[in-house]
Amino acid sequence: MNQSISEDWNLIIEPKKSLFQLNLRDVWIYRDLWALLVKRDVVSFYKQTILGPIWFFIQPIFTTVIYTFIFGKLAGISTDELPQPLFYMVGITAWNYFAACFTKTASIFKDNEGLWGKVYFPRLVMPLSTITSNLVSFGVQVLLIILMMIYYFSIGTRFPLNAGILLLPIFTLLMALLGLGLGLIITALTTTYRDLIFLIQFGVQLLMYVTPIIYPLSSVPPKYHFIIECNPMTHIIEGFRYAFLGKGACSLFSISYTTILTFVILGIGLILFNKAERTFVDTI
Amino acid sequence: MSKIAIKAENISKTYRLGEIGTGTISRDLERFWKVKIQGKEDPFLKINSHHTQHKDQNQIVHSLKDINFEIYQGEAIGIIGRNGAGKSTLLKILSRITAPTTGVIKIKGRLAALLEVGTGFHPELTGRENIYLNGTILGMRKAEITQKFDEIVDFSGVEKYIDTPVKRYSSGMYVRLAFAVAAYLEPEILVVDEVLAVGDAEFQKKCMGKMNDVSRLEGRTILFVSHNMAAISNLTSKSLVLEQGNILFYGETNKAIYAYQSLSKNKLSYLSTKKESDNIPFIKKVSVITSEGTALHQHGATLKIVFEIYAPTKIPKAAISFQIFNEMQIPCVQLWYFGTNQPFLTQKGLHILTCTIPKLRLYQGHYTLKVYFAQFGGDTFEILSEICPFEVSMLNQKRDFPWQAGACTYLEDSEWNIENG
Ligand SMILES: Nc1ncnc2c1ncn2[C@@H]1O[C@H](COP(=O)(O)OP(=O)(O)OP(=O)(O)O)[C@@H](O)[C@H]1O
Ligand SMILES: [Mg+2]
Repeated sequence: MNQSISEDWNLIIEPKKSLFQLNLRDVWIYRDLWALLVKRDVVSFYKQTILGPIWFFIQPIFTTVIYTFIFGKLAGISTDELPQPLFYMVGITAWNYFAACFTKTASIFKDNEGLWGKVYFPRLVMPLSTITSNLVSFGVQVLLIILMMIYYFSIGTRFPLNAGILLLPIFTLLMALLGLGLGLIITALTTTYRDLIFLIQFGVQLLMYVTPIIYPLSSVPPKYHFIIECNPMTHIIEGFRYAFLGKGACSLFSISYTTILTFVILGIGLILFNKAERTFVDTI
Repeated sequence: MSKIAIKAENISKTYRLGEIGTGTISRDLERFWKVKIQGKEDPFLKINSHHTQHKDQNQIVHSLKDINFEIYQGEAIGIIGRNGAGKSTLLKILSRITAPTTGVIKIKGRLAALLEVGTGFHPELTGRENIYLNGTILGMRKAEITQKFDEIVDFSGVEKYIDTPVKRYSSGMYVRLAFAVAAYLEPEILVVDEVLAVGDAEFQKKCMGKMNDVSRLEGRTILFVSHNMAAISNLTSKSLVLEQGNILFYGETNKAIYAYQSLSKNKLSYLSTKKESDNIPFIKKVSVITSEGTALHQHGATLKIVFEIYAPTKIPKAAISFQIFNEMQIPCVQLWYFGTNQPFLTQKGLHILTCTIPKLRLYQGHYTLKVYFAQFGGDTFEILSEICPFEVSMLNQKRDFPWQAGACTYLEDSEWNIENG
């Protein structure tokens, strides 16, 4: 019975952790789970649909066609002198990825109620694997953009390729983290406000209209510029177009602004999520 | 003296029933608008305020109350207690699914918990893919699983279907595969909730054998929750009896089972603490009328079970059913009344419903009732577990050799014919 007082315990379970104790090390220990969850998402997506990977193409192609017709031809909205389908395709691809990260993370508590009530693993692994698995459809769509660019190149359109293309991974990462951060904030709030989840689809749609997807930032009247430019997604979308097509607003300032804002949002998201995570299972 | 594996100090857990706030943003906004802007009364406030205080106290459930215990490395510990005693809550805290309200638990060694079999299985994935997924969910590394993969498949006995999506598995195969993964977790401390109640007898035996190996041969620490006293006494040497969130007894398993069983021994009938003024339908009283008038009943005699039910209004499609459980917590009899011939609870007031079993064939032993009171196809009003204990005796039966406890669950009438050739 005389065990030493300074016994080295592997785990100490206590009522309250500090708000800022995010257990990122635990996430790293569970990195295999992260990878397998990504595989699960991709494989089950393949198996559940008859058309399989073709789905990755159909949705953006149809959207592009419809946008080209309605916003391009009927409404005649400027596309910065770029071929209309390409202009929309780039915006849609980037936006789809952001929206998927955001909405999937926003419902992460709801989607995992059953699982999380029965087993412990660092909860953050789940949203992280979601944003990773969404990279697959994003990647496929980027491939589609490249194919379209080759086509336009062959019919004589010239794109001023530039060093901006090197920024693509950074923009993608920012998008993922921004979607993750916003999603974490919302999902933490849904543990108190269950109906919030219904607002998300709608909210994302509205947000799309204050992001230059169907119009370039350059066509926005100057008095509205400020509002549109507050939206961090504006800079990411414009940066994307700049990287691929050489047209779009991209400056050191816009990139720094977006980066800082993204990390602030992500930080808030992580803290709220961490707090909600602890009592979530008691309220299922 | 061996070393401590788990040390729990002053653990309590309280749950709040109902949400803080109203639970939806639209209602909170409406409340804000009405109260703050228009200055009206809060539309979501409970009507009698002196009642709300009473309500608030009811809304806190003390699931565990200031629990202390120590478990040494290599011990196999049973956790027993009635429904709602706090067993699962304790395991959830140990496995970090939920945090305790107060107290500290210190753990030495890797702890893995198995609260449900097949957590995180995905129906579209194959058995192979699910082994990996489930294993990593339970905390294994991928390389570790690869190393034990063949053994896992072997144990599960589903080799042939290993590359088939698990949605095509029978539920038994599903459970086998899931348990096999968990069986090869090899943590220093294994925590298992009532997961073995599924699967066929042969597989259950295999699981028990595996758990036995894990604790006896491999010297790991096991915490095992079960209502099956036979399993508890086979597997564990020490047990913890929980009763309403308190530790009633902690020590030798035989004594623990005795303590647990004597919990419900001295109440022949069940009497509700609910009041008619609460305006909810409830079972006021359940009594078992045995052949001997005490808690003893002769095998083959008529048994009556009387339910007194209070209905605040007419309850259409009221249904009552009950099961008789034996000592091993195996349901042996289920009977029900859905009011098909003659509806009951047709008006406000107290109703008495009597079930007569003309010839009770249950084998000798101790039994309890579990009663369900519900609306057919609707709400469940009440579930009462482990009430009205009684004993069936077969002393009046003719016998050719001594009756063996647990030889069977009931006796059948039979005829024997002899043909000499
Ligand atoms: N999430 C929750 N919210 C509110 N109350 C809860 C919650 N989880 C458990 N409880 C309550 O805590 C008490 C203990 O529950 P627990 O699940 O630990 O019982 P148990 O001993 O495992 O019972 P059983 O034998 O039925 O599995 C019960 O009264 C239950 O109603
Ligand atoms: Mg339980």
